[in-house]
Amino acid sequence: MGFFAKIKEALKKTKDAISYKFNKLFTGGVLNGEFYDELEAILLSADIGSETTESILDELKTVVDKKHITRTEDVRGELKTIMHDLLDFEIPEEEYPLVILMAGVNGVGKTTTVGKLAQLFRKKGKSVTIVAGDTFRAAAADQLTVWAERAGVRIVKQGEGADAAAVVYDALQSAKSKGTDVTIVDTAGRLHNKVNLMEELKKIDRVIDREFPGAMRLNYIVLDATTGQNALSQVDLFNEAIDIDGIVLTKLDGTAKGGVVLAIAGEEEVPVVYVGVGEGIDDLERFDIDDFVSAIVDGE
Amino acid sequence: MGVFSGLGDKLKHVFTKLTSRGKLDEYEIKQAMREIRIALLEADVNFNVVKDFVARISERAKGEEITKSVTPGQQVVKIVHDELVELMGAKNAKLDVSPKPPTVVMMCGLQGAGKTTMCGKLGALLKKQGKKPLLVACDIYRPAAINQLQVVGKNAGLEVFEKGTQKPVKTAEQAVRYAEANGFDTVIIDTAGRLHINDELMRELEDVRKAVSPTEILLTVDAMTGQDAVTVATTFNDRLDITGVILTKLDGDTRGGAALSIKAVTGKPIKFCGTGEKLGDIEPFHPDRMASRILGMGDIVSLVEKAQEAMDEEEMKKMEKRVKDATFTLDDYLVQFESLKKMGGISEIMQMLPGMSRFNISDKDIDEKRIERFKAIIRSMTKKEREHPEIVKSSRRRRISAGSGTSIQDVNQLLKQFEQTKDMMRKMKNSKGRMPF
Repeated sequence: MGFFAKIKEALKKTKDAISYKFNKLFTGGVLNGEFYDELEAILLSADIGSETTESILDELKTVVDKKHITRTEDVRGELKTIMHDLLDFEIPEEEYPLVILMAGVNGVGKTTTVGKLAQLFRKKGKSVTIVAGDTFRAAAADQLTVWAERAGVRIVKQGEGADAAAVVYDALQSAKSKGTDVTIVDTAGRLHNKVNLMEELKKIDRVIDREFPGAMRLNYIVLDATTGQNALSQVDLFNEAIDIDGIVLTKLDGTAKGGVVLAIAGEEEVPVVYVGVGEGIDDLERFDIDDFVSAIVDGE
Repeated sequence: MGVFSGLGDKLKHVFTKLTSRGKLDEYEIKQAMREIRIALLEADVNFNVVKDFVARISERAKGEEITKSVTPGQQVVKIVHDELVELMGAKNAKLDVSPKPPTVVMMCGLQGAGKTTMCGKLGALLKKQGKKPLLVACDIYRPAAINQLQVVGKNAGLEVFEKGTQKPVKTAEQAVRYAEANGFDTVIIDTAGRLHINDELMRELEDVRKAVSPTEILLTVDAMTGQDAVTVATTFNDRLDITGVILTKLDGDTRGGAALSIKAVTGKPIKFCGTGEKLGDIEPFHPDRMASRILGMGDIVSLVEKAQEAMDEEEMKKMEKRVKDATFTLDDYLVQFESLKKMGGISEIMQMLPGMSRFNISDKDIDEKRIERFKAIIRSMTKKEREHPEIVKSSRRRRISAGSGTSIQDVNQLLKQFEQTKDMMRKMKNSKGRMPF
């Protein structure tokens, strides 16, 4: 399946749910209060959140006034532009050696994403080491080992209950000596409001900075697309702890609409970089704003 | 008010304005309803559920209850609370037991909801209640899922039945037979996380259901789930006729609006909540308490129960007497720290106290490590020092700080805090003479 096809497949559910309503709405005819109420309902039920929904609608109304738009069909393009601009961030080019630190709350799909990312970089011809930094969850290292085998990359791990920062330290020493291009660090899922666990994450972050100063650093938070407005709090607190560079949005192959990404973009200014679109090892794609917005608004 | 303020705070904010007025006019009701709506949406309650809910509240608020009441604001708070409780189910539902053992419990849900962990917690809870549960590994897809259940089972002291990656239906059937033959009264089946729209995997669950006729089919849902909770719950319920819901990760800072949504669309009770990463972090779901918590009214009942569980009664009486006699020592302080920990940490307790939620206290603000330090300090003291902390002067402080691996400042801080606590207790003795819990 090609690049666009896969994203579209993943967003099909989003599309089915939202764009049906959009299509109905945008062929409706006249702009009135009811139209905006319906539009609000659609945005809200897509997890976009009340604040962002309100600001999107306000902006839309301003544009509609300024351009003297009177027909609902013409609103579609304007809405897309607004949503696109919200999501549009400059994402730095990846440089090597690269160390990616993955973080997130429990059950969002961090370990799976590490496996998929490893595959992605290996297919680009890069040498990859993945690090089993989740020393807490039962059998997490076993799970990651399976992914390492699938992706055909090296894994560094220690026993359960080992100090995560120590595992990372070891991994970085060997990555440096072997000249590994990409080191991907898996970490234990942690709720963002637990201070001890966030401190542990900060320590891992510091160890990477200290031990591999020559490497490009990317800290990704993995978000479950099914998550509601709590995703904002997650990004906020993880960002506060370790400076998040980007989001990997997982489980977009369900019926979850992923609209929380717009809320995050509006309120936290953290870009989405990758999307997880299935359980297979190749089911990870670069986030494409046009595709995302278009799939939601146009239903294609 | 930012996005992270709670529903309770939002409503309180609304009703602070309301209570300052004697009567409500239609415009004010409309304003209040608007803010309730936004608060509920921010809490991730499903859009349609919110619509119905607000319409209901609005209707009731317009009724005579309000105009006749002396404090309309309070009346509205009560209406909102009552309706929330009603929406979430009238009272706490227990686990059903099959008349003919073993009772089969099947867990299901999306990926990452916390099924495997919950299997362990549920098993441990049942074991504590004197039952003999068997865990069954039917997640044959996720790498190392069987290993995970085995580790979880080992930690909980429970036997795990697994047959590798053979078909889950077969494993489930064999497990039930094994349970019958070996005196297990409960069988808890862990299944793979799956998308509700994955027809093939949903059929697999239907097959397991047909084969072992579970008494309980529990849908495990992440409390942080957004609008989609409705779709997920509806689909699982339509296909499997679930008997209840388990809400996980409630120890986060989520508003948990999904709880409302799911109950509203499935009509199935929420039976348990996961409230932490430890095996004991499972609690029965109390709709009224949840409503109170969401509303920021505090959860005194829960707190009292927890306190009683954590501190045995004798210990409590002894301490109460010491407080009364003002002979409270650092040893008692240590006991208090210990029970605090058993109760799930300070932040959890804070959340349950009325009025505390508005300070937005979380683990973020309270460092539990500090308590660990305090405990270490007390343990490094001699018996005499613990009973008479006033004798701890500079050389003793140096020794204690070295012995406990803390700084002198920590020791000073502890002693100061202890003095303050003692002071507070003296005052309390004069008023009521009761323990703070």
